[in-house]
Amino acid sequence: MCAMTSAQRVFTTLSHQEPDRVPLALNLVLRGARELGLSIRDYFSDPANVVEAQLRLQQRFRSDVLFGFFHAALEYEAWGGEVVFTEDGPPNSGAPVLGSHQPLSSLRLPELAASKGLLKVLQAIEAMKARVGDEVPILGVAVSPYSLPVLQLGFDRYIELLLGDRAEFWTLMEQNIAFCQSWANAQLAAGASAIVYFDPLASPTLVPRSLYQDTGFQVAQRTFAGLKGPTVTLLASGRSLGVLDDLAATGTLGVGVSCDEDLAQIKAACRGRLCVIGNLNGLAMVDWSPAEAERQVKAALAQAGPGGGFILCDTHGEIPWWVPDDTLMALGEAVQTWGRYPLVGAEAHA
Amino acid sequence: MEARTLRFEAALLSMDRVLCRSLLQEAMGEERQLEGIEHLLGPALAHIGDRWEAGELALTQVYMGGRICEDLLADLCPTSSTPVAGGPRIGVGVLLDQHQLGKRIVASSLRSCGFQVLDYGQGLEPLELARLARKDQVPILMVSVLMLNSALRLRELREALGEGPERPRLVVGGAPFRFNPRLWQEVGADAVGQTGVDAVAIAQRLLEESCAP
Ligand code: B12
Repeated sequence: MCAMTSAQRVFTTLSHQEPDRVPLALNLVLRGARELGLSIRDYFSDPANVVEAQLRLQQRFRSDVLFGFFHAALEYEAWGGEVVFTEDGPPNSGAPVLGSHQPLSSLRLPELAASKGLLKVLQAIEAMKARVGDEVPILGVAVSPYSLPVLQLGFDRYIELLLGDRAEFWTLMEQNIAFCQSWANAQLAAGASAIVYFDPLASPTLVPRSLYQDTGFQVAQRTFAGLKGPTVTLLASGRSLGVLDDLAATGTLGVGVSCDEDLAQIKAACRGRLCVIGNLNGLAMVDWSPAEAERQVKAALAQAGPGGGFILCDTHGEIPWWVPDDTLMALGEAVQTWGRYPLVGAEAHA
Repeated sequence: MEARTLRFEAALLSMDRVLCRSLLQEAMGEERQLEGIEHLLGPALAHIGDRWEAGELALTQVYMGGRICEDLLADLCPTSSTPVAGGPRIGVGVLLDQHQLGKRIVASSLRSCGFQVLDYGQGLEPLELARLARKDQVPILMVSVLMLNSALRLRELREALGEGPERPRLVVGGAPFRFNPRLWQEVGADAVGQTGVDAVAIAQRLLEESCAP
């Protein structure tokens, strides 16, 4: 088969066909700062930095997608939170937007036009799109309305709300759904090909399936009904096996899966209905040699590659700052060597 | 596990506070108060933690289990006679991150099993947290983190805790340690826990070790 563009490769696999090779999705967002020799804060202050660095890194490490993503804490900032920057890690959220005694009703739905941080992301997506056109898919990212309350209220208060006051929960969801839809649609309008719906609370690691079915599942269905483009759902390395049927029923195209679970078993359960995205362990990758990276890639390809419907990615959707360049290089090369369809060699390694 | 412990665990998971309370009262009536508590709460919480690690239960259940036990204990044991008042002291805190849920699970598990918890809060700098632990002379300091870069700064904390038999033992936990099994040794910790309820068994082990000749 002659070489495909990255976009053809990704969309072929999303439609459960075998492309020319397994697509690789590396989210190297933080590494961009190092690439340009900037502090993480300065790097994110100008969308032109992100565009320049991401294009360079996408080519160097042979990723098949570009992420139009800065960090999740930008959404928290839009709701009124204060982002904490460090020199060697992702910008983090500070204290929850609401103090422990502030009522939920004091949360105000942010306007996109007034959220400077989010507007920068839109500018970056537009500029990426102008550079790559239809050759490389650009993924937008939105934290799900169901997972965002961890940053709005704090995790403990949110669990108590979820279990204790369903009416208040749904009032909060109304606002969050409206926000998520406008944020995701703006990214699609700016040039994103699809939205990564970042929803770790859909994972049975965090919320029991029955509770998810009564809550987050419905939130996803309602959110997706108002989106002007496709989604893939990432669980941020939470487990997925118990909820794959539910995720498929939300209409999402793919699922980011955990390195804690058996990839072959997940692939069997997803075949033909959900594209499997995963599942290299980014936190262990910090210690991987290039040879270990190759071994891990081969194993993943063998378990989930056959038949298409697989994008090789880390288990979370973002490569930590501390992963060595050599390891990432080896990872990209291993996909080139072992990821060509029909898969040979990788199988023998399973 | 004893039948009553299994019933207590099931009651915790279905958040049946009334049944939890009556089972605990029953256990406290039959044995000496402290033993009744220890035989029921400790094993039930530990089992819930193990089941979470195995992927059978969700974190909301672990959290609520700990919360209910903590509330019951505060309610059924007046402060003066609780094991809490006299139990070993353990410092807990979150390094750099603001995310408190891991620490809350650690603290409620420890309290439910008779430990006295000194909660240093969250968003703490390494040197600040070390200073607090040394000032209070806690035998054990338990630290939770969410981000990898915060985990790596535990090295500074460990160094600032100093050396010698009197230094607080450092126990760490949080997502980066669950996904990278070597990390706790790399940062110089004395022990790591996969779930918040592991804090209890680790504390018991470290205290026994320090008492051993
Ligand atoms: C839910 C989740 C989210 C949610 C909520 C995040 C939050 N809580 O603030 C959302 C979607 C908002 C999110 C966003 C991000 N996330 Co996130 N997220 C997760 C996820 C799935 C669960 C985290 C969580 O809150 N768990 C609940 C708590 C209680 O669990 P825990 O801290 O692990 O604690 C348990 C045990 O570890 C233990 N424990 C904890 N502390 C201690 C201490 C002791 C002494 C002991 C004994 C035990 C113990 O007890 C608990 C259970 O009983 C994890 C992956 C995972 N599977 O764990 C990633 C994860 C934490 N996220 C990660 C990242 C990078 C991010 C982002 C920075 C992404 C980005 N670039 O923007 C943002 C940051 C958001 C922020 N805070 O500003 C990384 C962090 C590691 C790293 N790479 O540095 C993780 C680990 C994913 C991964 N595999 O890489 N995330």
